[in-house]
Amino acid sequence: MKQLVEKHPLAIRWFHWLNFPVLALMIWSGLWIYWANDVYRLGWGKTTLFKFFPQSFYEAFHLDHKLAQGMSWHFLLMWVFFLNGLLYVLYTLFSGEWRYLLPNRGSFREAGQVILHDLGLRKTAPPVRKYNGAQRIAYTAVILMGLGSLLTGLAIYKPVQFGWLTRLLGGYEAARIEHFVLTIGYVLFFVVHVAQVMRAGWNNFRSMVAGFEVADVPAPEAKTKQN
Amino acid sequence: MQPENPIPPHPSPDGQNLTLPSDSPLRQEAARRTRRSFIVGGLAALGGVLGWRYLLQRPDAEGTPLPFRRVLDANGRLSAAYFKETRLAREFPKSQAVKQVRTNGSAGLQSKIDLAAWRLVVRPYGGGQPQEFTLADIKALPRVEMNTELKCIEGWSIVVNWAGARFADFLAKYPLASRSGQPINDIANPPADLAPYVGVVTPDEEYYVGLDMPSAIHPQTLLCYELNGEPLSIAHGAPLRLVTPLKYGIKHLKRIGTIAFADERPADYWAEMGYDWDSGH
Repeated sequence: MKQLVEKHPLAIRWFHWLNFPVLALMIWSGLWIYWANDVYRLGWGKTTLFKFFPQSFYEAFHLDHKLAQGMSWHFLLMWVFFLNGLLYVLYTLFSGEWRYLLPNRGSFREAGQVILHDLGLRKTAPPVRKYNGAQRIAYTAVILMGLGSLLTGLAIYKPVQFGWLTRLLGGYEAARIEHFVLTIGYVLFFVVHVAQVMRAGWNNFRSMVAGFEVADVPAPEAKTKQN
Repeated sequence: MQPENPIPPHPSPDGQNLTLPSDSPLRQEAARRTRRSFIVGGLAALGGVLGWRYLLQRPDAEGTPLPFRRVLDANGRLSAAYFKETRLAREFPKSQAVKQVRTNGSAGLQSKIDLAAWRLVVRPYGGGQPQEFTLADIKALPRVEMNTELKCIEGWSIVVNWAGARFADFLAKYPLASRSGQPINDIANPPADLAPYVGVVTPDEEYYVGLDMPSAIHPQTLLCYELNGEPLSIAHGAPLRLVTPLKYGIKHLKRIGTIAFADERPADYWAEMGYDWDSGH
């Protein structure tokens, strides 16, 4: 029986769509800051597989010589990123949405099945629920990454007043690397997320905007007869 | 209470036909809700873009639009409220200090200097004759050596072996920072009429920084005259420079000329170019 089923509560849709431009601008202003000391690379010894980032990348997007501007954007938007994330977590806790979002015992096994299916290596699709195991893991991990960005960010923003945190994270230099690696993580998350949303189609995408999804769900069982 | 899972488990929609029959009430409702949500979402996105552009086009306040400057200043006030003089920057073994210390920036060092004729000029808080000090006066204060990170606002950091006199020790001996002329005997309980800010300027007035007083009298804030056990080179700020691991490198003014106390935030070279005035750690 086809129905419109409520999928995403209004609050979650707002948190989600506010986070998108805010995180994008955090990454963008972060690049303006990173440019001033762009020392990270993938490689070993004198071999460099990839430098973060090639000069052409900075030039193409005019990312150079914007350190002051980058810091002023970053230290304003950090509040929005923090508050939006905090409200999201509180909402999921108090509304009970966390039950669909946190991984459970079966999630890791199911995530494996989902990945095999999505790569075309497994015929049968795992049963569709609000979020499958792979989604539960991904959506929980990305929240932990957000917390990680806040903590590593604080450790490099105020390394003396929060010296205990900076030390816990391995020191000032280490915290800066961790902050950077987490950002690369968001970019990878974004690529997979957008690819999966495109694969899942319009019905799924619309549910993050309008809240509902068209579903062909089994008819509810007939109520017990009253005598 | 556990909410009902809004979507009960069901087979994968892959290949299922979920098209709603045209002119069915369900389809009309779906279309209505979709239209409404996309219009609201579109307006919110437009509002966001216009709002952000509005913020960026506000009048400039020292190199950054006013709303951004206000947030930087509010962040500074928040960290000032959290600041404690007992929190120390991490110290490292001397062996970790770099041998060749990078020089970054030479503003204020371009003019000629006669090191023998150099004097530190300090303007007392609340007026009075400026007082002059020789390097020997500074060296007569307890010598403090520390291996701390120099953190550049660009993002790099190095461990440096510094030596000099605590600014707090200077103000304990020469009580120039309080109106009543009281010395700083205990940085946790400074005189009530201590100046809230201090400004430091090079002799040619080309480079200048401002500090909040709690950071200035922090035990790791030095009037520094030695680097790796050697007197400062000209490029590193001979004969006397400011060192404080409580702030980014931009506040480590080289070649101190004049120190003055103030009620308002003193001018700051990089803060005028859009950077955070506080730039504190």
